[in-house]
Amino acid sequence: MNYNWDWGVFFKSTGVGDETYLDWYITGLGWTIAIAICAWIIALLLGSVLGVMRTVPNRLVSGIATAYVELFRNVPLLVQLFIWYFLVPDLLPEGLQEWFKQDLNPTTSALISVVVCLGLFTAARVCEQVRTGIQALPRGQESAARAMGFSLPQIYTNVLLPQAYRIIIPPLTSEFLNVFKNSSVASLIGLMELLAQTKQTAEFSANLFEAFTLATLIYFTLNMSLMLLMRMVEKKVAVPGLISVGGK
Amino acid sequence: MDMDFTGIIPALPALWNGMVMTLQLMVMGIVGGIVLGTILALMRLSSSKLMSRIAGAYVNYFRSIPLLLVITWFYLAVPFVLRWITGEDTPVGAFTSCVVAFMMFEAAYFCEIVRAGVQAISKGQMGAAQALGMTYGQTMRLIILPQAFRKMTPLLLQQSIILFQDTSLVYTVGLVDFLNSARASGDIIGRSNEFLVFAGVMYFLISFSASWLVKRLQKRITV
Repeated sequence: MNYNWDWGVFFKSTGVGDETYLDWYITGLGWTIAIAICAWIIALLLGSVLGVMRTVPNRLVSGIATAYVELFRNVPLLVQLFIWYFLVPDLLPEGLQEWFKQDLNPTTSALISVVVCLGLFTAARVCEQVRTGIQALPRGQESAARAMGFSLPQIYTNVLLPQAYRIIIPPLTSEFLNVFKNSSVASLIGLMELLAQTKQTAEFSANLFEAFTLATLIYFTLNMSLMLLMRMVEKKVAVPGLISVGGK
Repeated sequence: MDMDFTGIIPALPALWNGMVMTLQLMVMGIVGGIVLGTILALMRLSSSKLMSRIAGAYVNYFRSIPLLLVITWFYLAVPFVLRWITGEDTPVGAFTSCVVAFMMFEAAYFCEIVRAGVQAISKGQMGAAQALGMTYGQTMRLIILPQAFRKMTPLLLQQSIILFQDTSLVYTVGLVDFLNSARASGDIIGRSNEFLVFAGVMYFLISFSASWLVKRLQKRITV
């Protein structure tokens, strides 16, 4: 069997409405970005709280955060997604369950599941970065703040966290990029994000190599541009006196 | 919602078969990934600019796309590619294409681990080996790599645990690994939630205890 190369395929009509295949990719990319950003906001907020909890001098509080991290890091993402999508709605109280399963349209309920899933999954990773960042600071910082009469919440919000965030930008960047890549699991519960649109294009047009090459290029470009952006941010906010930014 | 886990017992043989599939995927992915990753790492470290560029591009490429994309793509593309190479229809199952996908994808990650491991070996080792008249190949094979692999064992194992979890993504091509066998067995008797919980608990127990062992090993190695 021969394969018909046709790089112009993306400008052809899909036969569904008056959309071209390129439109599908744009829609898909939009979903991917929406999922990733929503999930990232959850991950960053929850991860920061958990990261602080892990460094607090209270065994119960830090124990809870540790348990969270171990739980979410040792169960595969896909299993977590299925749990949020299939199992958790069944556990909701009657009224809420009906709303989630019947009143919401399928796309919205899938979107909620995948955002919550990815957010909580990534929070465990962000937590570890935040903890590392806080612990990497010289102990004198905390002692000095204490000596000046700061309360524990003040020490975290005014002294430790602002510095910690600036140190951990590189590992946080790679987690941020991971959210984009991981959002592709949403295709398995029927959300038409980038990968799902790619699969659909490959099936509809039979130009599978072109379809996947374009998807790869989009992911690659997305990754590279976000990385460059974060590198600029990193340089801008680097803590003076630390050797985190090489050469300067 | 009532939970009834008794249905799992008769399904255990099916689940075990799924677990065997998961472990096969993992082991083949690790072995192939480490071999290819080591080759890539040596290319990246080689003095030839071209070699190091190729390996660098490979690593960059695979690290910026989702594993799920690689699995899906390979599943659709491997039969085509084989047909071009061999000129005839060569039926390849989902299993083979998934193994190839894991090997090539993980190689990018293993490459970075091996590279860091080799770079952590002190320069004097290289110099001493060369002073003894060893060739580059001999130096790498007999002096540098054995030491590097010892140092990076914990990282390699950590990556293997990640791969163990990632094998669940073969769900997308319908391969019956542990997760998929749990989904299938649960659906038959209408107890999919219980089987999902069971699968989650099993994945957790295995990854958690494996990571715990790796942490202990790490402490013993870094004395």
